[in-house]
Amino acid sequence: MNDYKTVSGYIPTIGIECHVQLKTKSKLFSGESNDAKSAKPNEAVGHVSFGMPGALPVLNKKAVELAAKAAFALNTKPQNYSKFDRKHYFYPDLPKGYQISQFEEPIILGGYVDILVDGEKKKIGITRAHMEEDAGKSTHPAGKDYSLVDLNRAGTPLIEIVTEPDMHSAAEAKACAKSLYLQMKYADVSDVDLYNGNMRFDVNVSVSKDPSKLGTRSETKNLNSFKSVERAVEFEIARQIELLEKGGGVVQETRGWDDAKQKTFSQRTKEDAHDYRYMPEPDVPPIVLTDEYIDEIQQQIPIMPDEVRSKLNSISLDSSQVESIVSEPSVAYFIIELINHDQETAKIIANWVTGEIAKLVIDSKVNWDEVVKAKNSLITLADMIKSNQLSSTNAKLLLIDVITNNVDPNKLAKERGLLQDSDESSVEQIVLSVIDDNPNAVNDVKNGETKAIGFLVGQVMAKSQGKANPALAKKLLESRLNNS
Amino acid sequence: MQVSDSKMQVVWEPIADLAKSVNSGSVSALELVEKSLGLIEKHKEFNSIIATTETRAKQRAMQIDSDIADGKTVGRLAGVPFVAKDNFLTFGSETTAASNILKGFEAPYQSTAIEKLEAEGAICVAKANLDAFAHGASTENSDFFTTKNPHDMSKVPGGSSGGSTASVALKLAPFALGTDTGGSIRLPASFCGVVGYKPSYGLVSRSGVVAMASSTDVIGPIASSVEDASLVLDVIAGQDPLDSTTIERCNSYTKLSAVNKPKVGIVKEYMEQGVNPKVKELIIKAADDLKSDGAEITEISIPSLPLSLAAYYIIVPAEISSNLGRYDGQRFGKSINSGDVNDLEENYSRVRQEGFGDEAKRRIMTGTYVLSSGYYDAYYKKAQLVRTKIINDLNEAFNKVDFLMGPVSPQVAWNIGEIADPLSMYLVDIMTVAASIAGLPAISIPCGTVSDMPVGLQLIAPYKQDLKLLSLADLYERRSNG
Repeated sequence: MNDYKTVSGYIPTIGIECHVQLKTKSKLFSGESNDAKSAKPNEAVGHVSFGMPGALPVLNKKAVELAAKAAFALNTKPQNYSKFDRKHYFYPDLPKGYQISQFEEPIILGGYVDILVDGEKKKIGITRAHMEEDAGKSTHPAGKDYSLVDLNRAGTPLIEIVTEPDMHSAAEAKACAKSLYLQMKYADVSDVDLYNGNMRFDVNVSVSKDPSKLGTRSETKNLNSFKSVERAVEFEIARQIELLEKGGGVVQETRGWDDAKQKTFSQRTKEDAHDYRYMPEPDVPPIVLTDEYIDEIQQQIPIMPDEVRSKLNSISLDSSQVESIVSEPSVAYFIIELINHDQETAKIIANWVTGEIAKLVIDSKVNWDEVVKAKNSLITLADMIKSNQLSSTNAKLLLIDVITNNVDPNKLAKERGLLQDSDESSVEQIVLSVIDDNPNAVNDVKNGETKAIGFLVGQVMAKSQGKANPALAKKLLESRLNNS
Repeated sequence: MQVSDSKMQVVWEPIADLAKSVNSGSVSALELVEKSLGLIEKHKEFNSIIATTETRAKQRAMQIDSDIADGKTVGRLAGVPFVAKDNFLTFGSETTAASNILKGFEAPYQSTAIEKLEAEGAICVAKANLDAFAHGASTENSDFFTTKNPHDMSKVPGGSSGGSTASVALKLAPFALGTDTGGSIRLPASFCGVVGYKPSYGLVSRSGVVAMASSTDVIGPIASSVEDASLVLDVIAGQDPLDSTTIERCNSYTKLSAVNKPKVGIVKEYMEQGVNPKVKELIIKAADDLKSDGAEITEISIPSLPLSLAAYYIIVPAEISSNLGRYDGQRFGKSINSGDVNDLEENYSRVRQEGFGDEAKRRIMTGTYVLSSGYYDAYYKKAQLVRTKIINDLNEAFNKVDFLMGPVSPQVAWNIGEIADPLSMYLVDIMTVAASIAGLPAISIPCGTVSDMPVGLQLIAPYKQDLKLLSLADLYERRSNG
């Protein structure tokens, strides 16, 4: 690929490492609870995660299943054989003095994710993804002479996804992070709550003038939003170019991200890099997955974002609508179900979920679960528009009640007096009065200015408080004005 | 058969009989526990015990007695006292692994083996001395004190389970638990003149035992007879949801049946230079005994076997350096007051400096070195290749014979302090490490004495052939006792 977008003559190259917490009930190597959301520090810890003498790791079956699912989400298959290794370093939040990870033979090798940047689709290769246990959490209270360690997170199952250095801009990096996020969300292997650290991104960035040679890279760790991925990459590209332009060199190092200052900062250089002394984990037998097991897992993989997009495109939504629906799998599956049933209804509801309903969700007035559950009522509401019983404006007024109270939209529209008036004689009354009240517009229509018809229809709608059937109003207006 | 000690006139009946007596009410569990505790006190000078679990042991005994009085049947080991090596996590006393770094550690849970024994009514009365973290062959590496050989107080009991084997030799209790990573049950059993059994790797759960080298650590019984050892094994063997390296057990390890015309191969490499000629004689005599019981004796050569030691002393320190990482003074055991140090690094250094003995430090450094990038391939990976070759060669040998035999050790117990060079101490394991790195069951049975010091016969069987091995050992034992 030669069409790099260079920055001041430099080609940026980016690779991502992404940690994904798997949604299991218990930890990767013990029956200890993996749900520490409401637990106090060090409450969700047992002998294994505490690194108690004699406590042995026992692999969680569910975690293997989720990792196998993740393989399909990365467009590949899990390996038939993989095994665990110990990665050694000393820190108080790593109780055993080693992390159980997969080094030599990870559960996932290869694969890719698609990204879309500036309307262009691109494949980002996946080098590998391996299973490992998370470490605990250390905090260093300001001004105190101690640190605090919370081991609740210790032993939480993770997969670490490593991409190829296939990205060449901050936008591509962001798109890749987002794509990984969606793939994991759809495969339902993680809660993907970025705020709570369910997914964390590390970006490897280098710049080079020579397309055949990579520059020295920095690794910025622990980014927990798409925005910070983008900004950190932007910052690193600019920082490295500036260094090189000043005649200096880039140091291979690990950097952190200061979200307040929107800057990366040096954490440790290669000289301080750990020798992890990887060693096969003797306490955990290798993972052996049969072809039958892998096939079974494949059966469980739902429709993934790419297919969702192409389905949504069949009802000609704009791309921001498509992305907003794709971002919520339950809604996406709901719309797809509607598409399979009736495209027109699907389109009406798709417009709602990307418009009024989205606003209601943002304002916490409804949630997506309720929206999906209100399926039948929403279909009825859409049908009422299609059959001219209700204006689309008035239909929107009913959305919140239809979703939260699950009432019959017919009954509700009737109660609120919002049903559309399709009675010719009653609409004609209003048409006549509008014609009387708007002689200028009437003249314009007569002089061939067809736009004015729209204004008159609007007047009819206003006068009927939105109830008049607009198509009927227009038809009556036209016949009146053409005949006089 | 009764095992008696002429000096002490103390008798422990066979374990099964003891439990029967307790279950029938003819003897109380409390009497047995008190007898055992009394003997422990009486033989303190041998330093085989680190601590007793007196209070808890007596409580358990009284509970068992009251259960029996209520008409309940307690189990196959009802009221039988035993001693556990102090690397088993147990309630009732500290668990130290004879190391300063674990001093003061009170286990919040018990090892699976202890739980299984207790479920059958056995009562742990004391924790036995060992080389700290089981690193050694003499108990001289204990951070606390050296255990003395019951047959001669100036000699070592062997190690690392020296406290356990000395306790059984002194008849402080009918049996003891030990761990064997490279010979740590068999060697001291041989030096103390008791039966020491190393099961197939994975047959007994390691859960709740302070890890030395995870890929070779096994847990096994030390007893006065093969029959007793079999019964204890039968109780502790089997898969454990807390240890994923455990394997399926066979139906029973107590149904010791006559082995029909077993083919036994004397390992040529175990009978060569460096072996005390008198030890050799006893092994040959043992072979003759087996022959008259119908065994077919041949000599078998496995040229790669001596390489086991080199592979062992790379793989095992590597795993040790990893397994000892958790002893960092942050959560349990020894800790340094943070006010006394400047930073975390210094805290770690002081804890380990003061908490680990020389041998643990030596093995941590060796292990760290062989796992370091740049050396991994040359040492660790090479050692694993050698390990695979030895496993293959042993499998091939077992195509020709049913069992292997040889001495447990080329020498009898040496004087305390005699072997000062750590490398010479490593060489002591020369005949025991092969079974360890191959995961094979092996046993040490007394086969005579040289200069009044016991000699152990080592029998080795194919992987998972524990029942056959115990049967052969039983056959041999009956003849030599008879």
